[in-house]
Order: sequence, then structure tokens, then C-alpha cells
Amino acid sequence: MASRASGPAPEQDEALLLDRMRSGDEAAFAEFVRRHGGRLLAVARRMLRSEEDANDAVQDAFLSAFRALPEFAGDSRLSTWLHRIAVNACLMKLRTRRRKPEGPIDELLPTFHEDGHATNPAVAWREDAEAMLGRERTRSLVREAIDRLPEGHRTILVLRDVEELDTEETAKLLGLSTSAVKTRLHRARQALRTLLDPHFREDDR
Amino acid sequence: MSRPLMSCREFSEFLDRYVEGELGDVERLEFERHLAACPACVAYLESYRRTTRLARALGASDALPGVPDELVAAVLASRRNA
Repeated sequence: MASRASGPAPEQDEALLLDRMRSGDEAAFAEFVRRHGGRLLAVARRMLRSEEDANDAVQDAFLSAFRALPEFAGDSRLSTWLHRIAVNACLMKLRTRRRKPEGPIDELLPTFHEDGHATNPAVAWREDAEAMLGRERTRSLVREAIDRLPEGHRTILVLRDVEELDTEETAKLLGLSTSAVKTRLHRARQALRTLLDPHFREDDR
Repeated sequence: MSRPLMSCREFSEFLDRYVEGELGDVERLEFERHLAACPACVAYLESYRRTTRLARALGASDALPGVPDELVAAVLASRRNA
């Protein structure tokens, strides 16, 4: 096989591979999985936080993609299409997985005195919080904080902020109204802010 | 005569709409009037925005994992059996 220059595969190349798959070429399926598996695995690991579940979800996602291949018209980008399929497979997995009891989110939300003033007025975060994300320690800190959110809120935050789906798509996938998605996302972000605050506040230096 | 400032509680409750630019002009001005008078809410707003940015950056900067041969084999096998 001729070696290809590094970088993303040209669109023509992708179309050719899809054609080979449509005609049932086994090697083409293998190449397709190798080409896109990494990205799908990354999504599944972020959403499911279990290697076994992530592998299962990626398998399910590929099978769904293969089934839907005849209908893939190429009107959206292949990577976007696959990403949605993977997200969906992960949601199915989350639904079947033994649920941990949904903890209350209230204790992670800001609290106020009767006069409406915050009981713990916010303090500015250090300038380099985002730059700190280059360090694995900080990345796992953010990941762990996300994982501490109650499951329903965690899912919405991961879909909207980490996977960057829009409100309508998220609502459709979860069978919720857009206003319910917005409300839960806001609470999830507030809760995540509460969990990250001790690590990033300026006076903690 | 100016209306009283919104409270920090109200600010916090509708903060997302402010961040998403979903407020009408009158409400947005109310928010900004509160911000001008309340450093704690300025700090809160900023850290709220950065929380979202950190979550986004986590997704965007994840190193792409390699695809284990076992996974490729498993996908192909289940396709054959499907």
C-alpha cells in the first residue's frame, strides 16, 4: 500500500473509501474504523468514564454508522455525522448502565442571604487557569469535578460544553424541552464553578 | 427616578441569559447596572464564563487515542454477525 502524506485524508479519498464500503469491501471497513476510531473513542471516554463501556459504545456507534451508510448523503461532514452517532451510542449506554442515585445539585449552587446578597461573595480566579489546562493534573481536576456533578446535569454539561452540541440537538437527544436543557445547563455550570473555585481562586496562590 | 438594583440572587439566577445574549435591552441594562456596583458578581460572572471555557478546552484538547487492534477486530466481527 502506498504511504500517504500525514494530515487529514482528502475528501476524495474519503468518498472513495465510502464507496468501497458500500460495495462491501471488508478492508475498507477496517480502514474506516482505524481512521475514525480514535475520535470516537475519545468522545466515549469523556462521556462514559469507563474503558469497557467506551469500547462497547464505539462498537455500537460503528455498527449504527454502517447501517446508516446508504443514507449518508454527505450533506454534513462525515466527522460531524459520526460524532453525533457516537454521542447517541453513549447516551444509550448511560441509560442502560446501573445508575448511581441522582445526588442533589442544590448544595453546589450559590447561596444567598435573605436580602439577596451572596453568602460567599465570589473572588476572582487566577489569570492562568486556562493555561494550567496544559498540565495533566489540571485536566484530571476538571474531569473529576465534572464527574462529581449529578448524572443528569453532568450529561447536559458534557453534551453542551465539552462536546459542543447546541441546545436544540441536546434537547432532542435527551427528550427534554430546550428550556429544561438551558435551566439544567446553567445549574450544572454553576455547580462546576463551585467545585473548581477552590483550585482557581486568586487568593489561593 | 431609578429602580433599585437587582439582587445578587436575581443576577445569579438569570446569568446564563445574560451570557448567551438572550436578554432584552432593558434587562441587559439592569444586569450591567448591577455589575457596575457589585465586584463580587463581576468575579462570579468571569469565573462562570471561564468554567465553560475550561470544559470546552477539555474536549478540544484531548489527545486522540490510538485505535486498539482488538477494537477494530471486534467491530468487524460484530458487523459480520449483525
